[in-house]
Amino acid sequence: MAEPRLSLRGVSKRFYGRSGEVLALEDVRLDVRQGEFLILVGPSGCGKSTILNIVAGLERADAGEVLENGKPVSGPGRDRSVVFQDGALFPWLTAQKNVEFGLKQMGVGRRERAERARSYLRLVHLSRFADSYLHELSGGMRQRVALARALALEPQVLLMDEPFGALDSQTKQGLYGVIQEIWTKTGQTIVFVTHDVREAVCLGDRVVVLSSRPGRVKAEYPITLARPRHVEGVDVARKAQQIAHALRDDLAREQQEEYDLDWQPAESGVLRSADSVMGDYI
Amino acid sequence: MLIGFAVSLVIGIPLGLVLARVRWLDETLGSLVLGLQTLPSICWLPLALLWFGLNDGAIIFVVVIGALLAITVSVRDGVKNVPPVYLRAARTMGASPLAIYTEVLLPASLPSMITGAKLGWSFAWRSLMAGELLFVSVGLGHQMMMGRELADMSQVIAVMIVIVGLGLITDYLIFGSLEQRVRERWGLNA
Repeated sequence: MAEPRLSLRGVSKRFYGRSGEVLALEDVRLDVRQGEFLILVGPSGCGKSTILNIVAGLERADAGEVLENGKPVSGPGRDRSVVFQDGALFPWLTAQKNVEFGLKQMGVGRRERAERARSYLRLVHLSRFADSYLHELSGGMRQRVALARALALEPQVLLMDEPFGALDSQTKQGLYGVIQEIWTKTGQTIVFVTHDVREAVCLGDRVVVLSSRPGRVKAEYPITLARPRHVEGVDVARKAQQIAHALRDDLAREQQEEYDLDWQPAESGVLRSADSVMGDYI
Repeated sequence: MLIGFAVSLVIGIPLGLVLARVRWLDETLGSLVLGLQTLPSICWLPLALLWFGLNDGAIIFVVVIGALLAITVSVRDGVKNVPPVYLRAARTMGASPLAIYTEVLLPASLPSMITGAKLGWSFAWRSLMAGELLFVSVGLGHQMMMGRELADMSQVIAVMIVIVGLGLITDYLIFGSLEQRVRERWGLNA
């Protein structure tokens, strides 16, 4: 097998909070192949965003290392560009100038910069809105600008941190289509973080499930469904259910930690709604 | 007056930017700036007269001190309120530390910078008038003192009205339009 594009070797991270020390990640080992669409999925607080930040170079691991093409990662760089949850676009720039920002830092000339930014905006189908300021764009459009901005750097690895978390479901469905189309077209290596199992199955080649506190790789599922996949599709739903089942223990534990101690999730059983007594009066 | 204001902008904005980002400077110089801001700038006049002599230099110095601190403090607060995610984004796009200052922090804190400039402008006016009232140089303050000496209240009040008028005009023409443009761009107009 070829050398992995990205390799996490025993990455650990602890945080020191008011309630003491929290082991966020413990001995995370993961390889990402060239051109792979890898999804990290886990309950909230499992450290999946921390993994992404460490790969991006925005945070340091306490132990272990991240190798990119065999070389250790030491800080942030444009070879690993990030799409943040809320886009983190600059409101004082137009969509076009936002996409140009990274290219400008690279020292690309003005004309070529504009040209490349325009082609990436076309890739996310936003050519018409190149000169709009951010407040003139909808949430989904902003995330597409953010995607174009990250892709324009032509990174080795594209990191996406719950990029669709704040969007409504219709907008998300459109974006699932766009991102699959781009991935098929460019063969970009992507690491995508989400808590939504269906989203994970809909997009990924391989879904890595993390456990929480400490965050560890719990299981891996290769997804071989045909593309383009639809998030409402039966095949996606079935696969998602299998994975969700594996996640359930962790969710229960999280509920124990975050909710009041005397609260228990309701057992699922016979429906006690109007539907369940249907026929009683016949 | 204009020179004094320009000098305070040129010194105040970079100083505010640096104070907001460099912790040890903020802890030392920052409290000094805040402390000095409580001192009315006209209190510097005696020292300024000693340093610069009885001329415009002294007045300019007082104006600079008056405007500079207000600008520095607003810029510093503005930069501190820039969402950290902008900085993270800029770093992942390979922005150099210098580019982070000029292309992220500076535009991101532009709205508070305009507020700072506005504040600085009014402080500059105050110090200028106080300076002119206290020590004789040719200007509006001097005109007012002349009115007082000649018991000509109509002149005093006329000068007061002129000062208010000038203040309004600069606010509308310069800061007003600047602010409007920034607000439109950022989508802050409801």
